[in-house]
Amino acid sequence: MNFYNEMYDAQGGVRAHYKGYEDWLKATPSERIARKRAEADLAFHRVGITFAVYGEEAGKERLIPFDIIPRVIPSAEWKSLRSGLRQRVKALNMFLHDVYHDQEILKAGKIPAEQVLNNAQFRPEMMGVDLPGNVYAHIAGVDIVRAGEGEFYVLEDNLRVPSGVSYMLEDRKMMMRLFPELFAKHKVAPVQHYPDMLLEKLRAVAPKGVSNPTVVVLTPGAYNSAYFEHTFLAQQMGVELVEGRDLFVKDEVVYMRTTQGPRRVDVIYRRLDDDYMDPLAFRADSSLGVPGILKAYQAGNVTLSNAIGTGVADDKSIYPYVPDMIRFYLDEEPILNNVPTYMCRKPDELKYVLDHLAELVVKEVHGAGGYGMLVGPASTKEQIEHFRKLLIAKPDGYIAQPTLALSNCPTFVEEGIAPRHLDLRPFVLSSGKCVDMVPGGLTRVALTKGSLVVNSSQGGGTKDTWVLED
Amino acid sequence: MLSRTADHLFWMSRYIERAENLARLLDVTWQMSLVPQPLETINQSWNAIIALNSLEEAYAKKYSTVNGENVLKFMVSDPDNFASIFSCLRMARENAHAVRGTLTTEMWETLNSTWLEAREKTFEQLFNAGIGDYFEWVKMRSSLSRGTTLGTLLQDDAYHFIRLGTLLERADNTARILDVKYHVLRPNGDEGATDFYEWGALLRSVSAFEVYRKVYRDVITPERVAELLIFNKDMPRSLQFCLNSVIKTLEKIANSHSGETERQAGMLHSQLRYGRIEDILDHGLHEWLSDFMDRIYLLGNGISKDFLVPMDEAA
Repeated sequence: MNFYNEMYDAQGGVRAHYKGYEDWLKATPSERIARKRAEADLAFHRVGITFAVYGEEAGKERLIPFDIIPRVIPSAEWKSLRSGLRQRVKALNMFLHDVYHDQEILKAGKIPAEQVLNNAQFRPEMMGVDLPGNVYAHIAGVDIVRAGEGEFYVLEDNLRVPSGVSYMLEDRKMMMRLFPELFAKHKVAPVQHYPDMLLEKLRAVAPKGVSNPTVVVLTPGAYNSAYFEHTFLAQQMGVELVEGRDLFVKDEVVYMRTTQGPRRVDVIYRRLDDDYMDPLAFRADSSLGVPGILKAYQAGNVTLSNAIGTGVADDKSIYPYVPDMIRFYLDEEPILNNVPTYMCRKPDELKYVLDHLAELVVKEVHGAGGYGMLVGPASTKEQIEHFRKLLIAKPDGYIAQPTLALSNCPTFVEEGIAPRHLDLRPFVLSSGKCVDMVPGGLTRVALTKGSLVVNSSQGGGTKDTWVLED
Repeated sequence: MLSRTADHLFWMSRYIERAENLARLLDVTWQMSLVPQPLETINQSWNAIIALNSLEEAYAKKYSTVNGENVLKFMVSDPDNFASIFSCLRMARENAHAVRGTLTTEMWETLNSTWLEAREKTFEQLFNAGIGDYFEWVKMRSSLSRGTTLGTLLQDDAYHFIRLGTLLERADNTARILDVKYHVLRPNGDEGATDFYEWGALLRSVSAFEVYRKVYRDVITPERVAELLIFNKDMPRSLQFCLNSVIKTLEKIANSHSGETERQAGMLHSQLRYGRIEDILDHGLHEWLSDFMDRIYLLGNGISKDFLVPMDEAA
């Protein structure tokens, strides 16, 4: 398979937007690079930018490998990506508002009603609940890959609790600290204002009549894999980081317990899944949530960000319909491509998938984090047969997509510099008024040779992402 | 500020302070044990450290005899001993981790790297490299975290709760060190010749040797040592100094139901403000110190109830 290389064209010439970096890399002694890489590792350890890995020894923390070769995006490409992201996230929010109100899109027959209403992520509790600005996904992490001749595809829309933005910010800080001379030579668009932008959006969606809202970040706790990010964002925004036990509901109003007594909370940036938010409404065994918070939310006394029930729009079984949503709500043609998707619940598509398992990528409809997926071309016969059984047993639990020839980028690995596959996760912020994002996003890179799975839980690393200004 | 956050900060600073004071106590005992004296006397002072922390049972499970190396190993780097320096540094780091967003970057990095460094070395490595150096290191790390707190943290509630933890722990620890050493040094309360080296080491353990010289300009006597550690209002590790600061800090964080705790602190403070060493010695130093430690304990409970443990929802 031929892969699009971010740095070099098909003839091996360096692409214009990488020229400056490549010159620098050639001119810089390898000992200096090695020293800087060691310095970066040490600094990440000391700062404690680590994540916990599920399934490993409890409390164990790992570093996410950081690569010093940036992923560079030229200005024109970014502008088109940005328009596409704005369009897509706008349509997704309109879809969410619609399915929890009049359900016009279902009535129009654009999406089969049972696909939405029978979806485990659809929350009937949200029917008829009006949200500030009609926004559901205030923070969206849209995964974008590049394939074929370099065209962009949306791989998935993460509308629940997308994570990784702290790595985007820390990677930039690290690059500027290690190689200030590179930033003097390149016009790299800044990203460090992300927390400001996030706070502004969260304040903008406070309940009606609240002029100076109290915003908090809700974390499942110190053992969550993304705990570093929760503390980081709370600190950068200057708001309290709370756990469920710090909050309580009285008369449908949410309070936090402070040293000066109870204090009202207006906006909760929650990093906790729907299921755990309220033991009285969802999973009764959840000790991470806040009893009664759903009632307070339905009464409009508190804003949850993201809203309850956004999962119905980023579900992999809904994903194939996003281009239709854009046409339906905005009357525009989609700017970003969707990856062609086979829905295994359709018998003829299931048959095709079963016949071509070795070529396809199969994903669990509700899966995330790179768990529970099959990459056909990289799998053994046993793995493929295992998935065949899973698919036959529960076809509506899976979708399949052609294996994309993901673009790659030179990356430092053990044997030196070698191409590795990568993706991009821009963080798209919405309030009622506008859809914004900082230039670029988080670039994740699969460090294992040939691997197409970039998730940090699967051994992926990150790169600084540069959007070059004209 | 969030009650839970305040709780973590309070305990974070208590554990750092505890690690430091323990290092001081072990250091002085180690140094004293190097002065020629009967083995029995030496082991008696090692035993006192175990007794001081009420660890007789836990210790007996691991070691059959009390001697310097065993006690040091148990109190320095035993992860199963919740009172060891190792455990204190781990707990300090864990509490900090739970509220790292409230700490400044410098504070967090100090605590985190202290812990990372502490778990690197085995007891044998520490001991062979010179255990005194290790105690110095613990003291320096504690100073560093106090320094970064003072130099970088906004002096809001977070600072006050950190301060409160430090002060309560220090008052308790100074009282403990004085209690155990006064006992060991004067088992019968007799007025015999004072041992310059031993009292000197005790003073050094609370960084008060030079202070003593400055204040008294005279030979070291047990009464004056006790007076200095209890009543000197300017020495940062004395009981009066700690209570002065506790009172001021409590005023800053007071809420609608912390009145009783403030009153208790005020009562204890006035004893130190207006008391005399002669009266305490007449009454019995050990009795007085035990009572003091009990009241510090109750004060800690009061603070916990008023500020740190989640309040009643109906409040």
